[in-house]
Amino acid sequence: MDSILIQLLNGLDKGAAYALIALGLTLVFGTLGVVNFAHGALFLMGAFCAVTFQKILTISKKVLDPSITYFDAYIEQPYLELWFGETGLAVIDWAVPLSIIVTIPTMLLIGLAMERGLIRHFYKRTHAEQILVTFGLAIVLQEIIRHFFGANPIPTPAPDIVSGSAAIGTWIGLGENFVYPWWRLIYLASATVIISSVFAFLHLTTFGMVVRAGMFDRQMVAFLGINVQRKFTIIFGLAAVVAGVAGAMYAPIVPPDYHMGMDFLVISFVIVVVGGMGSVRGAVAAGFLLGILQSLASMTVVSSLLPGIDQIIIYLVAVIILLTRPRGLMGRKGIGE
Amino acid sequence: MMNSIKQQLMNLFKKQSDLTTILLFAAGVLTMPIWLDPIGANYPDLLQKFVIFGIFAVGYNILFGLTGYLSFGHAVFLGVGSYTAVWSFKLFTMNVLPAMLFATLISGLIAAAIGFVSMRRSGIYFSILTLAFAQMFYNLAYSVLIPITNGETGLQLRMHDIRIIDNYFSDPAPGLPSTELFGMSMNGYSGFYFCAVVLILAFYVAMKIFRSPFGMKLKAIKSNQHRMRYTGSDTRPYLITAFIISGMFAGLAGALLAVTDPLAGAERMQWTASGEVILMTILGGVGTLFGPLLGVGIIKYLENIFSTINESVLQQFFSFLPQWGENFMVAIVSPFVGDGWHLTLGILFMIIIIFLPGGLMEGFQKIKKRYLTKGVKDSESTTKQE
Repeated sequence: MDSILIQLLNGLDKGAAYALIALGLTLVFGTLGVVNFAHGALFLMGAFCAVTFQKILTISKKVLDPSITYFDAYIEQPYLELWFGETGLAVIDWAVPLSIIVTIPTMLLIGLAMERGLIRHFYKRTHAEQILVTFGLAIVLQEIIRHFFGANPIPTPAPDIVSGSAAIGTWIGLGENFVYPWWRLIYLASATVIISSVFAFLHLTTFGMVVRAGMFDRQMVAFLGINVQRKFTIIFGLAAVVAGVAGAMYAPIVPPDYHMGMDFLVISFVIVVVGGMGSVRGAVAAGFLLGILQSLASMTVVSSLLPGIDQIIIYLVAVIILLTRPRGLMGRKGIGE
Repeated sequence: MMNSIKQQLMNLFKKQSDLTTILLFAAGVLTMPIWLDPIGANYPDLLQKFVIFGIFAVGYNILFGLTGYLSFGHAVFLGVGSYTAVWSFKLFTMNVLPAMLFATLISGLIAAAIGFVSMRRSGIYFSILTLAFAQMFYNLAYSVLIPITNGETGLQLRMHDIRIIDNYFSDPAPGLPSTELFGMSMNGYSGFYFCAVVLILAFYVAMKIFRSPFGMKLKAIKSNQHRMRYTGSDTRPYLITAFIISGMFAGLAGALLAVTDPLAGAERMQWTASGEVILMTILGGVGTLFGPLLGVGIIKYLENIFSTINESVLQQFFSFLPQWGENFMVAIVSPFVGDGWHLTLGILFMIIIIFLPGGLMEGFQKIKKRYLTKGVKDSESTTKQE
């Protein structure tokens, strides 16, 4: 029972990351009609925003170590600590959550630049060409990251106070052994918040209404004198921000390295297709569904019955869904065929 | 007088039959060690790569170039081909022919299975389906299939392999045996010439397919599948056949990789490897006969050159500049060479897609057209003056 619950939480967590990436991907496809293979790279850039922020905060100066008196020993001490003392240390500790403040505008800029600079020229091209050019872009971005940060994963710890585990078991009366890392719970909670705010944005604001109308019938909305293109560009920026924040928050869970974008890209593409190209709801549902399925499949009970199932379950489910429900779970007719 | 000679030459090229094409092609491939020597590409390892990936790309072009179906899973067949070939070396004989036969057949079978399912859908759904299958194979190769694939170490020859046929006829020689074709070792240049002959045969098959009614059907599917269906021809068998054929080409290429170096690893099946073959095909020119080969040559050559350059080489190269200029140039160029080769590749690829979606072959066509129309205009103006 405990193990199932743990795996369920793991699944929700993975699903949250998948859903956040797939959300942006499907939004971009639904609005601009572009298949963006560089979306994984946006996730990657988000994670490295957090890394960069942390690196900047911990820029250090060599000072004499007072605890060693026999000879001159130097230790690295961050400037922030030198200048602000305890407060500075606290800021460094909270680097990852604070980095989101920087991540949001950075990713918005990157997203807008990408759309205006490159994607814009590919609206009228075929899907194959869109896939290929964004694939090239993904390689370029990934290699740039590798050039500056190296090939090894960079540990980016969460704040001290939430680095332990939450005693969920004692809260709900399942014993003390049932614990779960705090940061993963926070990730899940913030993913829920982000997803709901995107939905609220799309369904409760006038801007969102126009965007949805534009997804439905772009020409008609344009006839009404609305600059659809500009709204869609902003949506691209929004998708980049969502992917970036998802990446920045993910950094403490798995230390980011340069190919994490590609790793997530394939899965999130599968998720978008399973959910139905261009369907936001479908992407979120499919993200959580596949995340949970993947986690449940990795339980020892299941993998002893069907060895290797945890490795392929996502793709297997995707193949089955694509063959039985040709447009994914919630896709509309005539998109991307 | 000049004009009539030109005319005759043009006619000769237009009438160029299959036979002349293949003869020219064969001559070109077999003399590669000679004409690639001046650019420093004349060593067996690289030459083998040229021809083997040439086969891979030619096969991929049959699917993507003719039908327009973008498969993201072709590296699977390359990997399967390699594994099968190495297993054939381990179990039966070091002779390369059975290995190639098995590899082609088994990758054909797997292609039939994947194609049968994936070809139910078109467009991006097809791409995702093939990608899903590729990821399944890749992940399984690292987990459940380890007895077959030997996991991350990769499958390799061992001293105590069974090798039924070889050991039946002769006692095992000491040391690891090398791949051979009836006693001819497949290392170095002999390996290259063997692969080159296979490439020529493969190219001949591909050319025949391009110019056959079957090829025409595939092209028709690319240009308008609905219309094909309305006129009463079922497109599915043709598509699946094309998929199987290109899968077999990839399997053959995989087997040749194992022939020249009997080692198979799962990284050959990663989806980025599929991306690489797409890249080569596009760079040269999708749907053209020679384009993919051109793409393979350029990418493999540049990869070879760029990834071996390091900072000291760069410093030597720019040593004619003053010190500050040298440092500056080295600092600018070094991210793009050595480990950064993929960065160059990505940029090159983007440039091609943005400006020349038809690949280099299209670029040549454009230049040729421009040159020719200019020539026509010139002659028109001269006739007017007369």
